[in-house]
Amino acid sequence: MSFLDLDEFLIELAGKVELVFSPVMDVKEYPENVDLCLVEGAVCNEDNLEMIHKVRRRTKILVSFGDCAVTANVTAIRNQLGLGNAESVLQRAYVEGAQSNPGVPREPGIVPLLLPRVMPVHEVVRVDYFLPGCPPPADRIKAVLTQVLSGVEPKLEGLQLKFG
Amino acid sequence: MAAKTLIINGKHVSAEENATILEAATEAGISIPTLCHLDGVYDAGACRLCLVEVAGISKLLPACTTKVAEGMDVSTDTERLRKYRRMTLELLFAERNHVCAVCVSNNHCELQTLAYSQGMEHVRFEYRFPKWEVDNTHALFGMDHNRCILCTRCVRVCWHIEGAGTKNESGRGAKERIITDLNQPWGASDTCTNCGKCVMACPTGALFYKGSTVSEMERDRSKLEFIVTAREKKQWIASE
Ligand code: SF4
Ligand code: FES
Repeated sequence: MSFLDLDEFLIELAGKVELVFSPVMDVKEYPENVDLCLVEGAVCNEDNLEMIHKVRRRTKILVSFGDCAVTANVTAIRNQLGLGNAESVLQRAYVEGAQSNPGVPREPGIVPLLLPRVMPVHEVVRVDYFLPGCPPPADRIKAVLTQVLSGVEPKLEGLQLKFG
Repeated sequence: MAAKTLIINGKHVSAEENATILEAATEAGISIPTLCHLDGVYDAGACRLCLVEVAGISKLLPACTTKVAEGMDVSTDTERLRKYRRMTLELLFAERNHVCAVCVSNNHCELQTLAYSQGMEHVRFEYRFPKWEVDNTHALFGMDHNRCILCTRCVRVCWHIEGAGTKNESGRGAKERIITDLNQPWGASDTCTNCGKCVMACPTGALFYKGSTVSEMERDRSKLEFIVTAREKKQWIASE
């Protein structure tokens, strides 16, 4: 969502790119031949896993976008619980913490299963560039996008690489 | 005291006989990245961030614990050193649970600052996600082992400046951890004087003042500096 902090640059950007897939667009299937994809979030469930492989196959430049994608961040705290962490977090959230109707939602094909371990994107597929930050500040996003658009190899330095 | 002359990054430098490479470099205005070094306490050579190359010696040497020698030819910023520094930082991040976004020291952390200043945009090693405890038993301070990098600054200030000997190390390798006394909860320690020097010294968010939340831990090193200056120079003023 920090993408929206790009403010008026979004208008400039809109003139230069064709947006083909996003959480705020009504497109069901990730298209083929995508030039650039900013991947948000860690890989934590079976849907994410399938999706990230598809994104990698169909995308030229994959950018790991934000701390969750780059480090797995807060979403990976469950990994500290070791083996069986996926089940224990579900128990905690849906059973122990439930005020009514305790029970872990299980709906094969609808509710994706959690993976045994939450992973940063680069542990699963090859990542071309990293854009850390929680959330990534607008000037960082702008720097990378401007570099890509002008055909320069994107490179962030110093404070622009700060996690957190 | 006799002086030694040496070369650092091609520049001729003179240093006191007993100076370390780090001291000689600092004196000459050449900065070497450090993490476990803390002005005023003895060095431990624990973090390996300060490794330098010395001509004629194949292994890399820690600048903070290596003494200068006549004619020594030191390089502090080579491709090889940059590679190892980045690797060391990545290993530190992979070893415990450093979640900058929710850390008390976010934006004021020496580990975080070193990581970005050395160009670490991601960690190539698999994160270990170990399970570590938080000791919140002390009335004023907390210790989160998840964020500890085992620099031993807290141990050294506790023994060397405060003289209390409360903070200690136990175990080896990945199991090493900082303990209070003989592994008691911090709050049950008979030796802790509640001085807070360990908290002032910690480079990460591992030691913190209770009640501080994300990004709120800013360390005040002036008290440490005051005591060290008083002791070493017999001047009862902070040097700043
Ligand atoms: S608690 Fe802080 S000062 Fe002590 S060893 Fe860990 S990181 Fe270093
Ligand atoms: S500063 Fe020299 S080893 Fe840590």
